Amino acid sequence: MVLIGELAAQAAQMLLVLLVAPLLTGLVRKVKARLQRRRGPPLLQPYRDLRRLIGKEVVLAENASWLFRVVPYLVFSATWVAAALVPTFATGLLFSWTGDLIAIIALLATARFLLQLAALDIGTSFGGIGASRESLIASLAEPATIMIVFTIALIAGSTQLSHIAAFMGSEQVGLRVSLAFALVALVIVAIAENARIPVDNPATHLELTMVHEAMVLEYSGRHLAMIEAAASVKLLFHLSLIACIFFPFGLAQEGRDLLAYAAGAGLWLAKLAAGGVLLAMFETSIAKMRVFRVPGFLGAALMLGLLATLLLFISRSL
Amino acid sequence: MPKLYFDVAHTLAGSLVLLSFVMLYQRRLGALLNVLALHAAVLALSVAWQAHIQGAPHLYITAAIALLFKAIVVPMALRRMIVRLGIHREIETVTGIGLSMLAGIGLVALSMAVMLPVTAGADPVAREDIALALSVVLIGLLLMVTRRNAVSQVVGFMSLENGIVLAATGAQGMPLVVEISVAFSILIAFIVIGIFLFRIRERFDTVDVQALDRFRGERR
Repeated sequence: MVLIGELAAQAAQMLLVLLVAPLLTGLVRKVKARLQRRRGPPLLQPYRDLRRLIGKEVVLAENASWLFRVVPYLVFSATWVAAALVPTFATGLLFSWTGDLIAIIALLATARFLLQLAALDIGTSFGGIGASRESLIASLAEPATIMIVFTIALIAGSTQLSHIAAFMGSEQVGLRVSLAFALVALVIVAIAENARIPVDNPATHLELTMVHEAMVLEYSGRHLAMIEAAASVKLLFHLSLIACIFFPFGLAQEGRDLLAYAAGAGLWLAKLAAGGVLLAMFETSIAKMRVFRVPGFLGAALMLGLLATLLLFISRSL
Repeated sequence: MPKLYFDVAHTLAGSLVLLSFVMLYQRRLGALLNVLALHAAVLALSVAWQAHIQGAPHLYITAAIALLFKAIVVPMALRRMIVRLGIHREIETVTGIGLSMLAGIGLVALSMAVMLPVTAGADPVAREDIALALSVVLIGLLLMVTRRNAVSQVVGFMSLENGIVLAATGAQGMPLVVEISVAFSILIAFIVIGIFLFRIRERFDTVDVQALDRFRGERR
């Protein structure tokens, strides 16, 4: 009986993640447009885009191999599974015992690797440049993520997200400077991973600057729909991850009644909306940086992660 | 609740180290001066917190000196100086920010490896303050070594001094006289450096200290 309940909660979360992700993307676009004094597309536009793309015919490059065709589905599923492992509105989900933070990083890295392969597969120069820039970003963002994970795991004593969320929600955390560093570093990494300004601009096809868009330039139809959906889910995943580690209040504990779950879900949506609005404001207030400045930006995240671990080391050794 | 005391002291000292890294990262002189002011303000907060923990009212005076001179007077004077020198819009060409950041991390690790065993028996707040203060001092030195512009070297010197004050307040019972004399010697050093800057500028038409190397015949 308990198992069925957990399964239902897990399934509900996976569905909810999928349903809410395009709305979050739409919200960010809308807020950005309003801040630039444009009216902007309606909130539901991403859903319409996805529906239209799914209905469209796929145009494949002549020399595209089987890899090019399967990658969108693999990328989407890897990202979706990663999002399913994060406790969004309730801790103690069924899947959260099968994968921890390190598994999540591996899943996202797999998705990124596959996308790079697909970009190289068709042999266009844009695909190549996109893949090379993406590896440049990833080679700095991933060590930074690992350092953040170390910091959080040292504090919470686990890499299991449910454990971490429960620990962070309790009184015993106190005030930790390492956590503040880890939060800033995680925000920087999330911005880079989601190809947002100032690292990359998701709304442009300017050849000099694009990274993510250069990799997916050759995709069309349902393949592009999968990629876009994966990008939306990834944004939602990062916001949920930050919310669940650093702002875990309102998470429904294991085995509560439906009301607690509903309250948790409502709070989660509120947190996501707040995160989306903040992201849009940040993106509006800052200019895109040159690609060669990105290593410095991400290096700061790596440095913060390292520093957080070092500082933790001192406060633990006392 | 002693845990909270420690946590706040740790947070403030940690932010000081972080701000030192932010200084290492800055390329623009104006931004560097802003960070220096913030650095001193955080130092003042940290000293005030120490005064509160230790129940030592004279440390409040130290905090006030830090806030008044280091966070307001010195950055403003430096800003006027770079405006008068006409270098306030310049971007300094620092070679290898990433490398100096890594070196900074190494220095933080080094100061912890040195300080934590040495101060084994001491009060925890003093211990972590001293370890972090040593890293602030070392990063200040690093800033002075890696920068070519004389103004940024002054900033490095100022942040180094902030580290010394942090270490001094962490150790209980530093007399106020010492603190005041240190603050004033720093101020005098600052004035001397300021005069020197204008002299260098007059003679070489630049505040890039590489010009001095060329003048001594060390580099063509």
